[in-house]
Amino acid sequence: MLTILALGTDALAYAMALFIVCVGLSVTLGLMRIANLAHGAFAMIGGYAASHLTTDAGFGFLPALLVAILVTVAAALPIERFLYRRIYGAPQLTQVLMTIGMTFVIVGTVNFVFGPTLKSIVLPELLSGPVDIGFRSIAGHKLLAIGCGAVVALGLWVLFNHTRLGLCLRATVADAQMTGHLGVHTASINAVGFVLGVGLAALGGVVGAQLMPVEPYYALRYLMTFLVVVSMGGAGSIGGTLAACLLLATLSTFTQYMFPDFGDLFLYLAVILVVVAMPRGLLGWRRA
Amino acid sequence: MSWWPCRADFLGGAVRNPGSRGGGGARELVGFAAIGLALGLGYLLMPDSLALLTRMIALMLLVMSLDLVTGVGGVATLGQAALYGAGAYAAGIASARLGIGDPLVMLAVGGLAGAGAGLVGGALVLRGEGLARLVLSIAFAQVLHEAASKASGITGGSDGLTGIAIAPLFGLFAFDLWGRTVYWLAGSLLLIVLVILRALVRSPFGLACAAIRINRERAETLGVRTRPILLRLFVVSGLVAGLGGALSAISTRVVGLDSLSFILSADALVMLVIGGTGNIYGALVGTFVYVLAQDRLSALSPFHWIALVGALLIGVVLFVPRGMTGSLGALRYRPGAPGRRLR
Repeated sequence: MLTILALGTDALAYAMALFIVCVGLSVTLGLMRIANLAHGAFAMIGGYAASHLTTDAGFGFLPALLVAILVTVAAALPIERFLYRRIYGAPQLTQVLMTIGMTFVIVGTVNFVFGPTLKSIVLPELLSGPVDIGFRSIAGHKLLAIGCGAVVALGLWVLFNHTRLGLCLRATVADAQMTGHLGVHTASINAVGFVLGVGLAALGGVVGAQLMPVEPYYALRYLMTFLVVVSMGGAGSIGGTLAACLLLATLSTFTQYMFPDFGDLFLYLAVILVVVAMPRGLLGWRRA
Repeated sequence: MSWWPCRADFLGGAVRNPGSRGGGGARELVGFAAIGLALGLGYLLMPDSLALLTRMIALMLLVMSLDLVTGVGGVATLGQAALYGAGAYAAGIASARLGIGDPLVMLAVGGLAGAGAGLVGGALVLRGEGLARLVLSIAFAQVLHEAASKASGITGGSDGLTGIAIAPLFGLFAFDLWGRTVYWLAGSLLLIVLVILRALVRSPFGLACAAIRINRERAETLGVRTRPILLRLFVVSGLVAGLGGALSAISTRVVGLDSLSFILSADALVMLVIGGTGNIYGALVGTFVYVLAQDRLSALSPFHWIALVGALLIGVVLFVPRGMTGSLGALRYRPGAPGRRLR
C-alpha cells in the first residue's frame, strides 16, 4: 500500500512536470497546426538558462525562473518570425525537417554556450529537501512540480473558458479563417498562443528539471515523450493533455517498478495501442 | 506492366515521379552506368576506405528505402531504422546463433525480416494521420529497440551482437581484411536494387503511390486503393532496408542497438532531404555527401556537428526544397511538364 502511494506520488509529480511542457506544445499545435518537434528545445533553453542563473549568477530560484522564461520567449520570437512563418500550412515532411533542424541547431548552440554537462538548478531552501505534508513526507521538487502543474492547469482552464482572450484562442483553433472574418486579429492571437506555448515549455523545463534532467540531448531525449502525450491528448485540448500525461506517467512509473529490466518496452506498446485505438486523442470522441 | 493490381494507368501523363519524366530507357541506362562507374572509381581512388564506402552503401539502401515511403509515397516517418535494424539483427542472428554463414543467404534473411517489419510497421503507421502517424513510426522503432535490448540472450543486448562468421561468397571469394569482396558484393547489390527501384518508381504501382502522395482524395476517386498500395510500398521498403541492414552486419560483423535507434532514423531523413526526394538517385547522392562529410569532419565536436546538420536542414527546406538532385533536374525543366515541389 505504501509502495503504491509512493509510486503514485512519483507518477503524479512526473505527470505534472510533463503536463506543463506538453500543454504548451498542445496549444501551439492546435493554433499553428505544425508538427513542432522543436518544442523540447525551448524547454531546454529554459532549463539551461535557469541553471546558469542559479548556480553561476547567484540568482534566487524565483527570479531565475522568471528570467529564464523571458530569455526563452525572447529567443523564440525571432525564430517564429523568420522560420515558423514560412512553414505554416506546408506539407508535414517540410515541417518535420524544419523543426528537427531547429532542434539540432538549438541543441548545438546551447551546449556550445553552457558546456556539455548535466546541469542542476539550485532550489530554494524550503524545497531542496523532503517536505512533510502531514501523513508522509515528499521530495520538495516533486511538490513544486505538482503545485505548478495544478496552477497551470487551473490557470489555463480559467483562461480558455472564462476570458475573452481564451474565447478567441479557442475560436482560432477551431476555424482561423472564420474567426478572422468575425473581426478577430488572428495573427496576434497566434502570437499570444506561441508566446504562451514557449513560456510554458520554459516553465516546465525549469520546474521539471529534477524529474527530466537538463542534459545535453534533453530536446531529443524527451521529444518522443512530448509528441506521444500530445498525440494521445489531442491538439489544443487541456483536459486531453492532462489525461495523457497522467496515463503516460502512471504507466511509465509502474512498468519501471514492476518490470525494471524491460525498460520502456511496455510503455511504447501501450502508446501504440492507445494511438491506434483512439486516433483522435483520449478525449477526442467528444469533438467528433 | 499490369502485374501490379492497381489502376494507375488511368493517371497516365498527369502523375509522374520526380526525375522520371521523358527520356526512357536510354537515360535510365546512363544513370545506371554512372553509378557503376562511381563504384569502380571508388574502388580505384579510395582503396584504403573500402570499409567506409561499404558502410555508405548499406546506408544508401536504408535511405533509398526511406525515399520509397517518404519521397514516393509521401508518408513521413521517423522510424525507418526499425526496418534496417530488423534486417541487420536477422542476418546477424542467422550467422552468430544458427551458423548460417553464407552471405547471400544472410542477405535474403535480412531482406525478408525487413519486409516483415515493413508489413507490421506499415500497417501500424498507416493507421494514424498527421502527428499520430509520426508518433506511431517512432514508437514502433522504439519497441523493436527495447525488445532487442531486453532479449540480450539472442541479440547481445547493449553489448551488441558479435560472433558473426561469414563463409566465402559462392564458396570461392573469402572476405578479406581490406574489405574488397564485401565492397563488390555491396556494389552489385546496390546496382541491382537501384535498377529494380527505378523500374518500380516508373511502373503503374509507382505512379499510383505518387498519385496518393500528391492528392489522396483524387487518387481514391480514380480507383486507387490507397491503403493496400501504401502497405505494399512499406513491404518493398522494408525489403530494401533489410538488405541494407544485412549488408552492414556482413561487412562489420557486429550489430549494435544503434542500428534501431531514433538517431539513425533521423539521420536517414536528413540524408534523403539533402539529396532530394522521390527519384531514388537523391538517396545515393545525399548519403554519399552526408557520410563523407561526417567522416572528414569527425574531429568536430558532436555539438558543432549537430548544429551544422540542423542549419543545413533549415537551409535545404528554405532554399533548395527539392534537394541536390531535384534542383539539378529543375535546371532542365520544360514548361508544360508537370514539375513539382517537395511534398
